[in-house]
Amino acid sequence: MADKVLMKGNEAIAEAAIVAGCRHYFGYPITPQTEIAAYMAKRMPKIGGCFLQAESEIAAINMVYGVASCGKRVMTSSSSPGISLKGEGLSYLAGADLPALVVNVQRGGPGLGGIQPSQSDYFQATKGGAHGDFHMVVFAPASVQEMADLTVHGFDVADKYRVTSMILADGTMGQMMEPVSLDLEVKPMPEKPWATVGTKLERFHNITNSLSLVPEELEQLNFKRFERYAEIEKNEVMYEEYMMEDAEICIAAFGIASRVAKNAIVEARAQGIKVGLIRPITLWPFPKAPFLKATEKVHSFISVELSMGQMIEDVRLATECRRPVTLVNRAGGMIPTPEQILEAIKTAHKNGGAK
Amino acid sequence: MAHQYVFAGFGGQGILFAGKLLAYKGLTEDKQVSWLPSYGPEMRGGTASCSVIISETPVGSPIVSNPDILIAMNLPSLDKYENTVKAGGMIFYDSSLIEREVKRDDVKVFPIPATKLADENGTPTLANMIIMGKVLGETGEFTDEGVVAALKKVISAKRADMLDVNLNAMKLGRDY
Repeated sequence: MADKVLMKGNEAIAEAAIVAGCRHYFGYPITPQTEIAAYMAKRMPKIGGCFLQAESEIAAINMVYGVASCGKRVMTSSSSPGISLKGEGLSYLAGADLPALVVNVQRGGPGLGGIQPSQSDYFQATKGGAHGDFHMVVFAPASVQEMADLTVHGFDVADKYRVTSMILADGTMGQMMEPVSLDLEVKPMPEKPWATVGTKLERFHNITNSLSLVPEELEQLNFKRFERYAEIEKNEVMYEEYMMEDAEICIAAFGIASRVAKNAIVEARAQGIKVGLIRPITLWPFPKAPFLKATEKVHSFISVELSMGQMIEDVRLATECRRPVTLVNRAGGMIPTPEQILEAIKTAHKNGGAK
Repeated sequence: MAHQYVFAGFGGQGILFAGKLLAYKGLTEDKQVSWLPSYGPEMRGGTASCSVIISETPVGSPIVSNPDILIAMNLPSLDKYENTVKAGGMIFYDSSLIEREVKRDDVKVFPIPATKLADENGTPTLANMIIMGKVLGETGEFTDEGVVAALKKVISAKRADMLDVNLNAMKLGRDY
């Protein structure tokens, strides 16, 4: 195994993207993700890649559209307010069926908000992200190693299905350092016969476009796109189960919240309460099956989030409201404490699933 | 047994660097480690801090609310974090910059005039390494090999001459 190095989560994303063959990065600085741009600015010129600080987030996402059209691996990154600015471009990428990687290192909102960590862009990321019927595949890393692993995987998934992969991290994941191995497995990039890279006069020219004025045709495009989404829902769901074998209470948490939750679980177990965790690694597609299965043995669910409660809706849908789901949360840049989660676990334990 | 540390001081005192050195020391010894900095406006003029966890088992939350060990390099840091230290924990502070004493009587306290020692040593920027030497000495984790292995990770090859300077500063702190 290769030597592990200490890296910030942001830097791990940037290096992993380079390992995955990404040679085009476009971005605009914003805390707490600026290390991604800084890393790319330093590395890209040395490896024949392109780093460009765009004049705005909107410009950056449209540059991503351009490179994606040429069939090359390309990415941009930002934090919450900047991602909103990219919304139009995200929808156009989806409309043109172009693969790309977009990173959102979330901060507290809404509006310009603050700069401390948050998970309050869950709805935005998982329910579309902009206008029109579309999905991004959304990955939620919970360690610096996963920041790297899921970046590489995100490129693979994007290319395979011609979709945008989003890494949905938060300020803590971006800023913290942990040991990371960059000995990452990279699959060969699939052929991209649709890319607009010149015809050599051997074929008709390709077009990437999201404009389609004939409703019958646009409907068919939507139907076809959702066939691909159905494949993604079938093949690409990722999650971790932690101490779920005998659990009577199940915590749902992703990213930094899942790590705080693990501390609370260890403490609750020491006090004799059987509690486990299902950690969605893909937020879309959401890991519905393990949650539904858990309802057979679990009497209560607790959703732990750095938001006013967004994923909790998906937990309720996945569990078909068979068991009570309560919320433990902080917002605006604050992070729930293990003690706060432990209190909710004790309450759920006492209530025993009574609605 | 996890060890949770909070390093805090002014921006520019090498707080984040000292934390990184400690994390690398854990990494070179095959421990599980995490390092989480404060970020944002507080880094400019106020309190800069980082949380470090060194553990035999995988690190859960990287956030340290109640450290075993606090390293305070200025008064606002001591004021802010003194009461967060676990009972039975340790507080190391720069007594050349902090004039008051620690109020807690359920923790071990190590005042060390790190900034003064650094000035006298002709290495005014290494107060952080002096106090780190003291920390590792008091926790029984100071070995020349361990410290050199970690220093090699945080000091770039181009500045290899700084390795001995840092090591000597740490020894100065250890032996104080």
